[in-house]
Amino acid sequence: MNLYVCIKQVPDTETKIKLNADSSGIDSAGIKWIMSSYDEYGVEEALRIKEKTPGATVTAISAGPDRVVETLRTALAMGADNAIHVELPETADSAMTAKAIAMTLKKEPKVDLVFFGKEALDDGAAQVPQLVAAHLGIPSVTVVCGVEYSGTTMKCKREIEGGSFEMVEITAPAVVAGSKGLNDPRYATLPNIMKAKKKEVKAVKLAEIGVSSADQKVRMKNLQLPAAKQAGKKIEGDAGAQAHALAAALHNEAKVV
Amino acid sequence: MAKVVVFIEQREGKAKKASYELVAASAAAGNETHAVIIGDGIAGLANEAAQFGANKVHLVQDPGLKMYLGEAYSRALTAAIKSLNPEIVLAAHTPMGKELLPTVSVMVDGALASDCTSIAFSGGKLQLRRPIYSGKATAEVEFTGTGLQMATVRPNSIGLPKPDTSKTADASSISVDLSGLKTKILDVVKGTSARPDVTEASIVVSGGRSLKSADNFKILEDLADTVGAAVGASRAAVDAGYRPHRDQVGQTGKVVSPACYIACGISGAIQHLAGMRTSKVIVAINSDPQAPIFQIADYAIVGDLFQVVPALTNEFKKLKE
Repeated sequence: MNLYVCIKQVPDTETKIKLNADSSGIDSAGIKWIMSSYDEYGVEEALRIKEKTPGATVTAISAGPDRVVETLRTALAMGADNAIHVELPETADSAMTAKAIAMTLKKEPKVDLVFFGKEALDDGAAQVPQLVAAHLGIPSVTVVCGVEYSGTTMKCKREIEGGSFEMVEITAPAVVAGSKGLNDPRYATLPNIMKAKKKEVKAVKLAEIGVSSADQKVRMKNLQLPAAKQAGKKIEGDAGAQAHALAAALHNEAKVV
Repeated sequence: MAKVVVFIEQREGKAKKASYELVAASAAAGNETHAVIIGDGIAGLANEAAQFGANKVHLVQDPGLKMYLGEAYSRALTAAIKSLNPEIVLAAHTPMGKELLPTVSVMVDGALASDCTSIAFSGGKLQLRRPIYSGKATAEVEFTGTGLQMATVRPNSIGLPKPDTSKTADASSISVDLSGLKTKILDVVKGTSARPDVTEASIVVSGGRSLKSADNFKILEDLADTVGAAVGASRAAVDAGYRPHRDQVGQTGKVVSPACYIACGISGAIQHLAGMRTSKVIVAINSDPQAPIFQIADYAIVGDLFQVVPALTNEFKKLKE
C-alpha cells in the first residue's frame, strides 16, 4: 500500500508578523518554521496504517523553497520512509501548489491514500487537498477527526458546524484531510531525528512535471497589519455599575446586542 | 456589472444567512445575480432568495442531494455553473462551502480566493481582501487571469439587509447526473447544543482559563443564551478540558468575526487575537489591567468576571423585558 502525506512548512504560531519592503509578503528574517499542526495528524494517520499493513510505505511530500526540506526531515524522523521536495517558489498560490503536488503524484507508480491537514496555519485557504484530489480524479473528504477502516474502505467522521458530524464512506484511492481528534501525533525520538538527517530527500523541479507560474491563479498584494486600535472605553465602578454601563453601551451606542 | 452565481447553502431546508449576505451584496452592486440552491424538496427556498435580491433562482434537485456530500454537490454546482456561464461564483466560507468550492474550481477551471472578509465589485471584477496568518495580517487578492472568478466569504463579513417580502422567485431547474459516485453520505450526527456555532453567531461570549472549571462556564452560557450568542473559549481553556476543541477561537481553532465578541478572563495571547480581532465590537472583562486583550478592546472592564458577567446577564434580561 502506497501512502502519501503532504505537509506544509509555516511560521510558528508565536511569530509576530512583519511585512517585507513592498508589502507583497512577510519579512521571513528570524522566523522559526514548523510543520503546520493539522498536517501532523496526516503524518500520524499514514504511519499508523503502515504499522498495521505489511509492505506499506509512507512518502512525505512538501512543496516550497529549500527550507521545507527541514520539515520533510521532521516527517522522516516521525517514521516516513521517503521524502519528496517539490521546488516551488514562495509566492505560489493554492492552485499552483496543488497542480505541482498532483503532477508529482501522477509520476508515482501507484497512489492509494493521500493525507493532508484540513488547512494550513499560515494562509488558512483549505484548498490544496480538494484541488489535488480533483486533479487526480479521486474523491476527497476534509476536516476528518476519526476514521474506521475496513479493507480499502473508510468511514470518515467529518466535523461540521454546531458540534455535528457527517459520516462519509470513501474508498481508496482517495484524499483525506485530517483535523484535531483524528489521532495523537507522535514526537520524533532523538535517534530517529539523527537517522532522518542521513535519509535522501528527492528533489522535483517544476519543469520536470510541466508546472509553471502560468498555473498560478491568484496573487496576494498590499499586505497590511491590523490598524492599531484607538484606546477603548474603560468602564469604571463596581461590578453592578460596570455591567449596567456596558449593557447600555452595547445596546444603545454600538447597537450590537 | 457582472453575471454572478451565488451558491445558497442549505441543510434540512434551512438556508444559511451567510449565503443571503452574498446575494444581497451582489444585487446591491447592480449585478445580474443568480441564486443556485442544491438539495431535495428545497423549492420553498426560492422566494427567500429572491427576497434578498436574486434576479433568478435555479434549483438543482435530486433525492441523492438530500444530504450534503462533497462529490455529489460538486457535480451539481458544476452543472449549474456550466449551464449559466457566469463571470463570478460566490459561496459562504463554511464547513460546506470551504470543502465544495475548491473541487468545483478545478471542474470549471476557475480561480478561487477563499476565506475573504471584504468583497466589492468593480467593472466586472471582484475586489477582495482576506486575513492571512489567521488575521495577524490581511492581503488584497488579485486574480492573475481573466477567466471565471470564484470566492468564499466568511460569514458576517457583509451583514444582512431586511428581505423584501413582496417579491417572489422566477425559479428554473437544472439537472445533474449523479451516477457512479465513489463516496456515500451515511449519516449526519447532530450536535446537542441549541446555541449557534461560533463561526456564524453574531455575538460570541468567550472564556479563558480564569474560568477555573468547566462548570463555571455556566455563567457564560447564561449570558450567551440571554443574548442569543455562541460560547467560545481560548486555547488554554480548551487544553484544560473546560470546553471541546470545536469551541476554540484562535489560530489553531476557529477564526471568527462576529458583530460583538465578549472576552471573559482571556488575557489575549497572539494566537487568540489572531482568531477574533476582525470582530466589529470587542469587549474585554479581565482582572489584570495589563492583559494584552485590552489593547484591542472597544469596551474594557477591569474587574472580577464572576461578579461582572452575572450582573451583565441580568442587565440584558432587563433590557429584553
